[in-house]
Amino acid sequence: MPPAAGVWWTGDRVAGLILVAIAAIVVVETMALPLGTLSRPGPGYAPLICAVVLAALGILVTLRRGGAPVANLRWGEARHALLIFGAGAFAALALERIGFRLTTLAILVFLIGVVERKPPLPVAAVAVAISFGGYYLFWNVLRVPLPTGPFGI
Amino acid sequence: MIETLQNLALGFSVALAPNVLFYAVLGCVVGTLVGVLPGLGPLAGISLLLPLTFGLNPTTAIVLLAGIYYGAMYGGSTTSILMRIPGEAASVMTCVDGYAMTQKGRAGPALAIAALGSFVAGTLSVVALMLLAPPLATFALRFGPPEYTALLLLGLIVLAYMSSGSMPKTLAMATLGLVLGTIGIDAMSGFLRFTHGVTELGDGIGIVPVAVGLFGLSEILLTAGKDTPPQVYKPKLHELVPTGEDVRRSAAPTLRGSLLGFLIGIIPGSAHIISSFVSYGVEKRLAKRPEEFGHGAIEGVAGPESANNAAASGAFVPMLALGVPSGPIPAVMMAALMIHGVSPGPLLMEQQPALVWGFIASMYVGNLVLLILNLPMVGLFVNLLRVPYAYLYPCIVVFCVIGVYAVNSSVVDVWIMIVTGAVGYFLRKLDFDMAPVVLGLILSPMLELSLRQSLAMSAGRYDIFLQRPIAAIMLAIVVVLLALSVWPALKGGGDWRTRVGLDEKPG
Repeated sequence: MPPAAGVWWTGDRVAGLILVAIAAIVVVETMALPLGTLSRPGPGYAPLICAVVLAALGILVTLRRGGAPVANLRWGEARHALLIFGAGAFAALALERIGFRLTTLAILVFLIGVVERKPPLPVAAVAVAISFGGYYLFWNVLRVPLPTGPFGI
Repeated sequence: MIETLQNLALGFSVALAPNVLFYAVLGCVVGTLVGVLPGLGPLAGISLLLPLTFGLNPTTAIVLLAGIYYGAMYGGSTTSILMRIPGEAASVMTCVDGYAMTQKGRAGPALAIAALGSFVAGTLSVVALMLLAPPLATFALRFGPPEYTALLLLGLIVLAYMSSGSMPKTLAMATLGLVLGTIGIDAMSGFLRFTHGVTELGDGIGIVPVAVGLFGLSEILLTAGKDTPPQVYKPKLHELVPTGEDVRRSAAPTLRGSLLGFLIGIIPGSAHIISSFVSYGVEKRLAKRPEEFGHGAIEGVAGPESANNAAASGAFVPMLALGVPSGPIPAVMMAALMIHGVSPGPLLMEQQPALVWGFIASMYVGNLVLLILNLPMVGLFVNLLRVPYAYLYPCIVVFCVIGVYAVNSSVVDVWIMIVTGAVGYFLRKLDFDMAPVVLGLILSPMLELSLRQSLAMSAGRYDIFLQRPIAAIMLAIVVVLLALSVWPALKGGGDWRTRVGLDEKPG
């Protein structure tokens, strides 16, 4: 959807500028690598070419004036998204420290019980079933190793 | 031809073995459940369930994953027709007339025609795959690094040209994937690139965490918080029988959709999504009563459903014959094969005939299983949507974590999934397509290696790409496609996307 006249900050413009910024970071990082020559490219050659193309496309996307105005974007789900993102980050931090079962138990209790405010009994039932059942399915049935925590839990 | 039939017989002997058959059925059931659930499309479903295949041999693993893929395509159409919820993006067009038919009390015939159309398209396209893949693989044996470089470039440009979004945005996403694909050890020199001391990044960024992040987690981030229980209409078995008129009106759209879908499926891009849009546009144009479209025209269900299922098979042609994925789903399937020590490419058909032909034969079986399974059990599958989303999405988040962690037993992969999930959330809010990122990620190391090998072959001369006829022709097509995409922009009009109703007019 083309933006209304006078609207500068559109979705495409924001995304285009972010792409240009990413390209700039890649160019800076590439400087630490041997570039080689056009006829004998080194390890920095392909990333540099990609970064230049990315920057050019980012500029093109910015100049196209496409996308809805940023002010019109709705962020009603942002609170949920942030909490889920936090739960995911917790999983990455805790998985190998406290084990799969305790990590998933904590995530499920947090998301279903705290974020979604569901009654304690179903929360406990779902959390225990998924964390312990999931572990049994992957470890015992499918032989996929999952980390255990303190006391072998 | 005789050789093909002998190979097919070998394939059926593999596909009908009880353990393979079991996994084909299991894949279809699990895939249907994945397809029914909004937020888990075939790509996220396959990526998440990849660890389930670790204990299996390569043949049963690929059969299980293919079953999930087909099942998800079928499942997506069920919720589109009954509830106007596209379980996955390719089912969006089915929503339009499928749901209109449900509102008129004709959900049964819509479901039946969708299932029959999918079955016919799936079967016909597997026949085409069977006939096309072996000669293409033989032809591809003549490919050297310059041809592969040109082919991969062509793939990326066709992806952008045929994508459902705007070309610069799609190319930008593919380039972002290419940049991500350069992380890790440089295959030619052994230099570590952009790893910042993280050992796990030495092997590069995995496809599975990126796919689960961009397609699974980002969808959860976008949709969490919605807790309105959907109204589920459950048709009775006798209501599923279509009338003779329904069958007659659906026959030609099904055949056209099968052909269109298969051809579009071979081309890189979000083939199954595009094929359903193109098929809908074609059927509307050819219809005797185009005014019925949008109000319950059965052709609007038969065409797109056939097309997206045929595209699913077509997408396997370049993967099996060339070892080049045409989209993110074949890319993940390729990654699955590689995990099992199998390298897809032109030699795969010669070296692993039981695997390739067993896989092809399992597609016939899978289509039949889905037809038998889906219609009588449709009520059972849609019951899954009665589970409140507040309980469902935390469980999906947990399975995202397990699925990603289990591939390499690496927490770094979980971090990659979380970060790409957040990036995907923002980019999807800004209307960017995520599929090109995954495709760019897998093509990046292949493209770089073949380019540098080509230059090593020619002592650094770029004219090697023009001296080799196959490479030169493919590069010429790249130039033509770029010109075709620039031309409408210069004229100030829309391109083919505007004509089939896929894209906004350029701003």
